[in-house]
Amino acid sequence: MILDTTGSLFLPPGHSTFSGEVDSLFNFILYASAVFLAIVVFGIIFFVLRYRRRPKEGVVTGPTHSTALEIIWSVIPTILVIIVFFWGFRLYLKMSIPPKDALEIKVTGQKWFWTFDYPNGANTLNELVVPVGKPVKLLMSSRDVIHGFYIPDFRIKMDVVPNRYTITWFEAVQTGVFNIFCTQYCGKGHSEMIAKVKVLGEREYNDWLISGTKAGEGMSLEDFGAKLYVSRACVTCHSVDGTANVGPSLKMIFGHQVKLADGSSVSADENYIRESILNPQARIVAGYQSVMPTFQGILNDRELDALIAYIKSLK
Amino acid sequence: METLSERNYLNEPRGWKSWIFTLDHKRIGVMYLIAIMASFLLGGVFAMLIRMELLHFGGKHLMGAQTYNQVFTLHGAIMIFLFIIPSIPAALGNFVLPQMLGAKDVAFPRLNLASFYIYVFGALFAVYSMSTGAVDTGWTFYTPYSTTTNTSVISMTLGVLILGFSSIFTGINFIVTVHKLRLPGMTWYKMPLFVWSLYATAIIQVLATPILGITLILLMLERTFGIGIFDPAMGGDPVLYQHFFWFYSHPAVYIMILPAMGIISELIPVFSRRKIFGYKAIAFSSLAIAFVSFLVWGHHMFVSGQSQYAAMIFSFLTFLVAIPSGIKIFNWLATLYKGSISLAVPMLYSLSFLFLFTIGGLTGMFLGALATDVHLHDTYFVVAHFHYVMMGGTVMAFLGGLHYWWPKIWGRMYSEFWARISAVLVFLGFNITFFTQFILGAKGMPRRYYNYLDQYQPLHAYSTYGSWILALGFIIMAVYLIHSLVKGRRAPDNPWQSLGLEWTNSSPPPPENFTVTPKLTHGPYDYDKIVSGDSTG
Ligand code: HEM
Ligand SMILES: [Cu+2]
Repeated sequence: MILDTTGSLFLPPGHSTFSGEVDSLFNFILYASAVFLAIVVFGIIFFVLRYRRRPKEGVVTGPTHSTALEIIWSVIPTILVIIVFFWGFRLYLKMSIPPKDALEIKVTGQKWFWTFDYPNGANTLNELVVPVGKPVKLLMSSRDVIHGFYIPDFRIKMDVVPNRYTITWFEAVQTGVFNIFCTQYCGKGHSEMIAKVKVLGEREYNDWLISGTKAGEGMSLEDFGAKLYVSRACVTCHSVDGTANVGPSLKMIFGHQVKLADGSSVSADENYIRESILNPQARIVAGYQSVMPTFQGILNDRELDALIAYIKSLK
Repeated sequence: METLSERNYLNEPRGWKSWIFTLDHKRIGVMYLIAIMASFLLGGVFAMLIRMELLHFGGKHLMGAQTYNQVFTLHGAIMIFLFIIPSIPAALGNFVLPQMLGAKDVAFPRLNLASFYIYVFGALFAVYSMSTGAVDTGWTFYTPYSTTTNTSVISMTLGVLILGFSSIFTGINFIVTVHKLRLPGMTWYKMPLFVWSLYATAIIQVLATPILGITLILLMLERTFGIGIFDPAMGGDPVLYQHFFWFYSHPAVYIMILPAMGIISELIPVFSRRKIFGYKAIAFSSLAIAFVSFLVWGHHMFVSGQSQYAAMIFSFLTFLVAIPSGIKIFNWLATLYKGSISLAVPMLYSLSFLFLFTIGGLTGMFLGALATDVHLHDTYFVVAHFHYVMMGGTVMAFLGGLHYWWPKIWGRMYSEFWARISAVLVFLGFNITFFTQFILGAKGMPRRYYNYLDQYQPLHAYSTYGSWILALGFIIMAVYLIHSLVKGRRAPDNPWQSLGLEWTNSSPPPPENFTVTPKLTHGPYDYDKIVSGDSTG
């Protein structure tokens, strides 16, 4: 199967306000290229068949230049190229300057997950939730290396750079769930840095926002912790079944002695776990690199409690 | 088996020492040829590993994520720095440039030998880096990833830095050779177009390579001493590295493609037995491309957060530099018109070049246009695009040139039959491997991915199957070429009835290139004045 059931031969389905315009430009270049390629291919085949070398051929002469021809084949591509340039540039301006009334969401890239902060204080990990039919402005930065924020279905992409904000925006025209990829190579977990954008109807979005800030309500600490372990991407580096990954497994660490890189050891109690989450570089477990990012500012106290309760339960 | 009894550069002087201390540009060219072919093999093995891993058939992995990252980095770095940049100029260029000018050698034979050993030394460094925890940054070494990863960035970049010196020395040598050692009567307009293209390339090599050197030195300093120039934590700018890097590496793309265009401009007239169409347009557009190539580096950074104004300028200049390349394609096509076309193997590669390079160039339009680049940047579309340009363009031209000059270099003919089979396999395999990647990329598959979503699996599988056909083509090529060295038919002095000066000497040429000083009786492409067939020895 070469083709998806949706989208064109080349492009995935488009779901943002400007995806259709990008596709038109793409198709225009595609058709112009097809014509140009056809001329070259047809020319090669025709000339090769028509002027195949015959034995005992004498002098062959043909034109060695022709001003008229040369002007034609310089001017036509030039005009074409100028059209494509202006078209591409105008659309790009539109794609890079968000409308004034756009909803602003803060995006943070980090090895190897995305965090999203919403205006009312809610935050999510690896899942961007937005309302349909409303422009959304993304204000992005990175905590470590350069990442790239890419939503193919919306035709947007922008690098996410440490110590600098970059901006992109979109307006989804349809509810649904779409992929977010990291496109700037960022090391071992680069290809796992896949997130989702969930487009909700206006009402559902507002409901979600409210429940988002009150996440975990009505759940036991342990259950909430289990949920956070996945949604906050602990799972990308730590297993719960005892297998070592980028980081040590969380199975049966609570209450046990942990060997540290500097040779000492420490008893894994609540404070040790809290410190490992908020200030991971402070004490490194022997045999692992100090690659864990800090969750300072990402997890609130209740969430920390929940994670600790969950880790305690991993017997 | 016939033997090569007469005196030629291969058998005189004798002994291995006479090779490693040789000052003969032909021997240096041959040593380069062997070295770059070895690099191509190594890079090719890594390419096959990448493709095997990406097959993911039944969810199976061949290697871990970290290994994969190292493999694609080594593949890219070896192909670019060890193979394609030196391939045409240093190997084929070294062999034929002085002969095409009617000269005895290049201007600075000792510098030429030195640049070969510098190349070997740099290559050893780069290869050594594999044993010390191979780099995993991608061949572009972007900061801040490259300053923080714990793989051996330093020994690889040091290797590349050293290779840069080799490139600069070759460039200087060629520029002076072209200016000073042309046969009396060979005016600039009587120079073969391959020489023009090597000249334009040499200018870029000399002007752009030092920038790469400085960039890599800054990177090494940053890594070892934390000077902070690219480090955001110290007020540095991580994107600055990208500006520096592409300020070299974009012109470097033309170091790769201009010599290829030069070869095509040689081959098409010979095998069409026609004067080249638009000689001056081709010659000057090489220089124009060399010049403008310095002004477009920013098109690699349309989504890096640079200003919209900068993006506009770079997009505009990019389209400007595309036009002369497009015009060249029409010139080559027009040369076929009313020709007497022979489909010998070098011509098959030239026609492959025309087709593949056209696709490579046209897909550049999608990337030069800002709005579409946003979607396609850093996806497999880009991977396909640059393989069409670098492999479909430069490697095809290199192979065309290799088959064309093979009889001159070794005095032996290869099997035309097997060479055709191989050329067809390479062409088919290449297209299957890389055309699918345009579709993959347009559908949103990012590059440098060890894992991917299942929806991309079928296209990845086609690409991998294509790479096996491609590899088979290359294996056959290796077999018949090596076979020709031992069992090949004795090559005539001028098997293609070419008018190039290098074909007026014997095959292989004598150590001093020409036993009698050649006389310039006609231009390099005056097939209309010379009755074909009677110039053969
Ligand atoms: C046997 C033929 C080849 C195959 C099957 C092949 C395949 C590949 C693949 C699958 C990638 C990885 C793309 C990604 O994940 O981003 C790649 C990257 C690359 N290839 Fe090739 N390739 C071949 C030949 C060449 C040649 C001849 C050159 C240049 C002369 C070349 C230059 C590169 C470069 C520069 C990269 C980028 C590496 C990076 O992303 O850091 N390849 N190739
Ligand atoms: Cu990333």
